Amino acid sequence: MESFIAFTIIGLSTGAIYALAASGLVLTYTTSGIFNLSHGATGMLSAFVYWQMRFDWGWPAPFALVITVFILCPLYGALVEKFLMRGLRDTSEVVRLSVTVALLVAAIGLANWVWPPGNYVAFQALFEGHAVDVFGYNLSWQKIITAGCAIAVAIGLRYLLFRTRAGVAMRAVVDDRSLLEINGGRPDRISMLAWAGSASLAGLAGILLAGEQQLNIVPLTLLVVNAYAAAIFGRLRSLPFTFLGAVILGLVDSYYVAYSGDSWFPRTVFGFDLTGLRGSVPTIALFVVLLVLPHTRLHAGALKLRERTKVPAWSTSLLGAALLVTATVAVSGMLARSDALYLVDAFFFAICALSLVPLTGYAGQMSLAPLTFAGLGAMLMAHLPGHGNVLTLVGAVLIVAVIGAVIALPALRVQGIYLALATGAFAIFTSNLIFSQGRAFPNAGLTVPTLGIPGLDLSTPRARLVELSVAYAILGLGVVALRRSRLGRRLIALKDSPIAAATLGVNLTLTKVVAFAISAGIAAFAGALFGASVTTDRFTFAAGLPVVLLAVVGGVGAVSGALFGGISLGANAVLANLVPSLRKATQVLPGLVGIGLGRDPDGVTAQIAPWYAPLKGRWRLIAGCVGAGVAVWALTSLSVLSHWQFGFTMITLTVAVVPNLPAVIDSPPGRRAVAAGWLAVPLVLSAVVDWDSVITSSGWLVAVLVAMVVVFGAGTRRILAGRPSKISESPDEVGLRRALLPTEVAQIDRTLGVVF
Amino acid sequence: MALLEVRSVAMRFRGVVALAGVDLDVAPGTITGLIGPNGAGKTTLFNVISGVQAPTAGTVSMASEVITNVSPHRRCKLGIARTFQRIELFNSLTALENVSVAAEVARRPHAQRVATELLERVGAGQLADQIAGNLSTGSARLVAVARALATQPKILLLDEPASGLDEHETRSFGALLRGLRTDGLTVLLVEHDMTLVMDVSDHIYVLDLGRVIASGSPSEVQHDRNVLAAYLGAA
Repeated sequence: MESFIAFTIIGLSTGAIYALAASGLVLTYTTSGIFNLSHGATGMLSAFVYWQMRFDWGWPAPFALVITVFILCPLYGALVEKFLMRGLRDTSEVVRLSVTVALLVAAIGLANWVWPPGNYVAFQALFEGHAVDVFGYNLSWQKIITAGCAIAVAIGLRYLLFRTRAGVAMRAVVDDRSLLEINGGRPDRISMLAWAGSASLAGLAGILLAGEQQLNIVPLTLLVVNAYAAAIFGRLRSLPFTFLGAVILGLVDSYYVAYSGDSWFPRTVFGFDLTGLRGSVPTIALFVVLLVLPHTRLHAGALKLRERTKVPAWSTSLLGAALLVTATVAVSGMLARSDALYLVDAFFFAICALSLVPLTGYAGQMSLAPLTFAGLGAMLMAHLPGHGNVLTLVGAVLIVAVIGAVIALPALRVQGIYLALATGAFAIFTSNLIFSQGRAFPNAGLTVPTLGIPGLDLSTPRARLVELSVAYAILGLGVVALRRSRLGRRLIALKDSPIAAATLGVNLTLTKVVAFAISAGIAAFAGALFGASVTTDRFTFAAGLPVVLLAVVGGVGAVSGALFGGISLGANAVLANLVPSLRKATQVLPGLVGIGLGRDPDGVTAQIAPWYAPLKGRWRLIAGCVGAGVAVWALTSLSVLSHWQFGFTMITLTVAVVPNLPAVIDSPPGRRAVAAGWLAVPLVLSAVVDWDSVITSSGWLVAVLVAMVVVFGAGTRRILAGRPSKISESPDEVGLRRALLPTEVAQIDRTLGVVF
Repeated sequence: MALLEVRSVAMRFRGVVALAGVDLDVAPGTITGLIGPNGAGKTTLFNVISGVQAPTAGTVSMASEVITNVSPHRRCKLGIARTFQRIELFNSLTALENVSVAAEVARRPHAQRVATELLERVGAGQLADQIAGNLSTGSARLVAVARALATQPKILLLDEPASGLDEHETRSFGALLRGLRTDGLTVLLVEHDMTLVMDVSDHIYVLDLGRVIASGSPSEVQHDRNVLAAYLGAA
């Protein structure tokens, strides 16, 4: 009985931490409509900052606590709201979630950069060593403080939201932002206040949790999983139910620790090892809550989103697929084994990202588990009979597709953020309980057999690289065919207006299940075709987030966007290897790239595509450019050009020269000659200079390459544009050609007699 | 016998009563108007009939078959199609694709040709290749009507279809509705343009505060004291 009471107290304390974190999530969701997946990362960062002040610099605990929780955290929250979240209006839930994923990825990278694992002394709980006796149990001061904080926050938030003007305004922001503004409210300031408060709560929870569990980047970041299970308990609205959910989770966790060692507690069920069950408790709880949540009601009000999904043309798609395979074959011969392996990884990520195109890009359903399905594909490829022949591959893909559909079913009753969270929970559950099984991944790893095709040896890195590029090209064309099909149009209909789709006879559940099955099947290809030794840490929830993020950054509505996402991740690894001094920065890079999504929700490829639009229909010019590329490759194969010269020439040709060629050709003769001469300079320099002899540092080589692309690419456009005309602006065009300056707005107000 | 029967339908959102025991019959091959001030419950009644919302009480029947608990997509297959007050086009698709999707789901052969013909019929043929998200409100409403027609409905629920149309377009739209009636289609029309409603409707129901306060022919409704009170605030 004493141990029961003791573990109940521990559970209540843990639940109090979850409650603190969950209430912060609810606060930002109810005031800005954005579910902050980086909430745990904020807690993790603040725990590290507190550790830095308290234990590394030796500052007094109260001082470090106040600086972290009441100054730095609110400042961070306010800045995130002002510079990131405010720009996410009129974007889809996918983009909004992705920006928070970007913050999470950047925060993990930053923590790894500043506080490398294993380089810090122990984190001590608040008032370590001080305790009071409760029913024979030594209750630490930290636990008492935690419970006190949770109660104070519960009462404080309730009072803030329902008894203060700021609280009422916070709730009004969600209901109708513009109406609040018309009535004299300041929604931006209110949102900023909410984000600042939420960051404080995350910071406090992170510090308290670090006192219980020590500093550890990923577990502290994934605190958000426990917190969102609690928040979902309150349906992201009700603070009392959120607190109740947090307490239940804390108690279940505590009792599990207390009694899982007892003889009556099963270690295995039907041979299934339950070791990873503890970490899965929140995810199981989340699924249970999702099952009992009422069915999400269909809402009218299709958003006029800033994103646009274009129908891919067959000609462009076939050309792109052919170019991809050809370029991969051409380049693969020049690569060192390690570089080829990086590119294999890049295509692995690209296929995983491609799996999100039908599901997220077309159907608008968010999944945070593409790598989990890839992991299942790898596992089945290794264990199914046939040892990697084509039938094994087909079997693995079909089984994972069915798993994807079955897993999706309970989550399909809900929409949007709930669905995304359910897939995240599935990813964590599978990592903890399926991939941890010794039979599935002996010693946390296994060897995925290479695809057995008679007459072909696909075991070398080069062969695997070409194999994966062919797989990407075929799967990509399949996705293009899907978009152009009836099912593709239904998927778009589902994304644009579920309510209209339903009333036109579209079976929403069936359509979503099919989308999930297709997505899971494509991801399974990535794992099944991996063809080498692989460890389970490649398929974790945290490892999958950058893939989801960069797929959205690339443009998740397009096959090229998924390729961009995968190649970017591969290129990031290459950059880290090539320029060791940038290795730490590359950990933050994917997150930083993703943070810019708010400005361009269509993704990078949609921004880049217009550069090449002038080439459309100019087949002779396209053939000339491809011919130039082939010539560069041939010269490299004949050892006339070095690999660095090849890289420089191809990149300047593709990024700086080709997009400018149509404009150069069409410009007046005099200007054409100057522009053509300017464009020829980087090509000649790239091909002639013996780069790695002139510049020995890889970092400077990369910097020079970037500078050349910018100077000569942008410079050509400037030459073609000529001098800017100094014709005075027509009054009719003020405010149309460019945004009005604040001084002009003030002048107009004065002229109109508008007085504030 | 009525094609659509609504019996004692009630709808409550927590404390708010949106519908309080509505009875309504729509005869086949007729245009039935459903009018009432803002907040009367017209769109909520459309949601209940089309299956988007389940009523708190009451039943909905289509051709004598009770469909109260039938999902929206199955109701569509039973012959109920609707448009929305907020239009709800698929904004990423072209106008033609919007209509094609509906024709394809209804398994109509030559869906694209059907879609083109329907766009022509509603007077939006020239918009076929335009992205729906870029259409003006009036044009988008016409595409929405074509899209609903592509499901080959027995009854068409139109929620403020003339909102955003100019006078000429509204007259053309009235002619379209009469043409659809001649073809045997049944229409339930929610509209604030009283000229249009009175012009095309065979029968009108007036809803106020979730209750039917009057019903009858257009001329009967126009002179009903309850209707005048609801609209003008006079007894």
